[in-house]
Parts: sequence; structure tokens; C-alpha cells
Amino acid sequence: MSKLTLQTEGDTQIVITRRFAAPPAAVYRAHTDPALIQRWLLGPEGWTMPVCVNEARPGGKMRYEWVNGKGQGFHITGEFLDLNPPSRIVHVERMFLPDPTPDNHVETTFDADGEGTLMTIRMNLPDAQTRAAMLSTGMERGMEASYVRLEGMIQVAA
Amino acid sequence: MQGVVNLDAAFSALADPTRRAILARLATGEASVMELARPFEMTQPAISQHLKVLEDAGLVTSRIDGTRRPRSLAKPGIEAMDQWLEMLRKALETNYDRLDAVLAGMTETKKKGGKKS
Repeated sequence: MSKLTLQTEGDTQIVITRRFAAPPAAVYRAHTDPALIQRWLLGPEGWTMPVCVNEARPGGKMRYEWVNGKGQGFHITGEFLDLNPPSRIVHVERMFLPDPTPDNHVETTFDADGEGTLMTIRMNLPDAQTRAAMLSTGMERGMEASYVRLEGMIQVAA
Repeated sequence: MQGVVNLDAAFSALADPTRRAILARLATGEASVMELARPFEMTQPAISQHLKVLEDAGLVTSRIDGTRRPRSLAKPGIEAMDQWLEMLRKALETNYDRLDAVLAGMTETKKKGGKKS
């Protein structure tokens, strides 16, 4: 089942698409209601999101904090720029690893697709180097398992 | 350095339209610098510079054929990028599989007569 696509576009963008069986209003709500976000936006097994601030209005703030229960954690902060419920969210965010990454300008759209929804996330990084760093060091901080596999892969390729 | 994959360098190398076009051309088969330069309004040294970036990133390789040095895609580098992107997709998919379950739960609550929308 390959419902998700992830592609680079132009020099600075990353575009992700995913289809859902639920209508846009439900998918929009799952992206703006903290109690719902905390149930799915978690990354690998074992991670939780104890802090989830999502003020889904223009000028509103967002802050997501993740921990893995083993003393590791990281967070992102952001601001909402524009919202058109249930079809579009525009925000900026940056990760603290622990230093802040350059701002990622993100437009998320939810389009009706039959009974369901086609979600498109368009990330716009400030420059090509930032996008390269984002793609190569992981869009998800907690990808430990993937890093381990990557090391194996590079040895095979070398 | 042949075959060593530097993902940072590889993704940086992709951030230039000329270099993406060179890779697209090489995907159809090997080519000389002259052949690669032809479709672009660029000098051969400029193309060679782009090729060096692609070679350093492990995405392009060359072989010696008399006085020619035809370039081709470096399979290990291209495959390493493909695999890396596939892992990113899988990591993201973990989240969205969970979201599928959350959404299914929301629909059920509604059907049971909940007035939340």
C-alpha cells in the first residue's frame, strides 16, 4: 500500500501527499485539535508528545514536544499564518535540535477526493542547503531505527 | 571516494536545475561532456564543474575510453538516495497509519450519535 508520496520540487521544496478515507473536515480537525494530534503525530514506536499547543488561528502559536521515555526529546515551535477550514493551513515552523533549524514555511491542503481526502503538504525551505540537511538528517528527529539501517546501507554501497 | 555516498552532498547536488537535467539525461545512457553541454547554453568547463559536484556526491561516475571520459549514473549513489527517501516515506507513513485509526474512531463516534463534528 503506497498511499504516501514524498518528492522534492524545484530547489527548495518538499512535497508530501497522502490520501485518507475520512472527509476534509475530519482530517483538518485531526491536524488542529491537540487531543487528536497527540494520538498520531508521534514518529517511531516509543515516542510520545506530552506537550501539544495548537492555536489554529492566524497569528496563533504551535509548540509540539516529543520524548522517548529514555531521556531524549526535542521540540518544534511555529506560528499560524493563514487558515481556511477545512481545506488549508499555512504555518511556519522550526525544529530545536537543540539549536533552531531555519524556518520551514508549510502549506497543508485538504481536498475532497471522492468520499475521502487528498492531503498535500508543501514545505518551503529558505534555501537548497537547508532542504538538503532536512532530507538527509531526517525530517523526523526520532528516526533512530532508520539511521541504524542507513549505516548498514552505506557500507553495502561503498 | 568512488561509491561512498554522502547524502548531504547528494541532496545539495540535486538543488540545481542544470544538475537535475544532467542526471535526467544520464538516466537515458552514458554521455560525453560535449554531449552533455549541447542542450545547455553553457561552456564545457561550466558543465564539467557541475559534473564534479555530481561525482563528489557519488551520483555520477566516469570511465576512460581512449581520449573520452563518458559519464554515467553511479548506481550505488542513486540507489542510496532512493532507499533513504523510501525510509523517510515509511517513517511518515507510521504517523499516517495511526491517523487513519484516529479518523476511523472519529467517524464511529459520530455514527453512534455523538454530536461532535
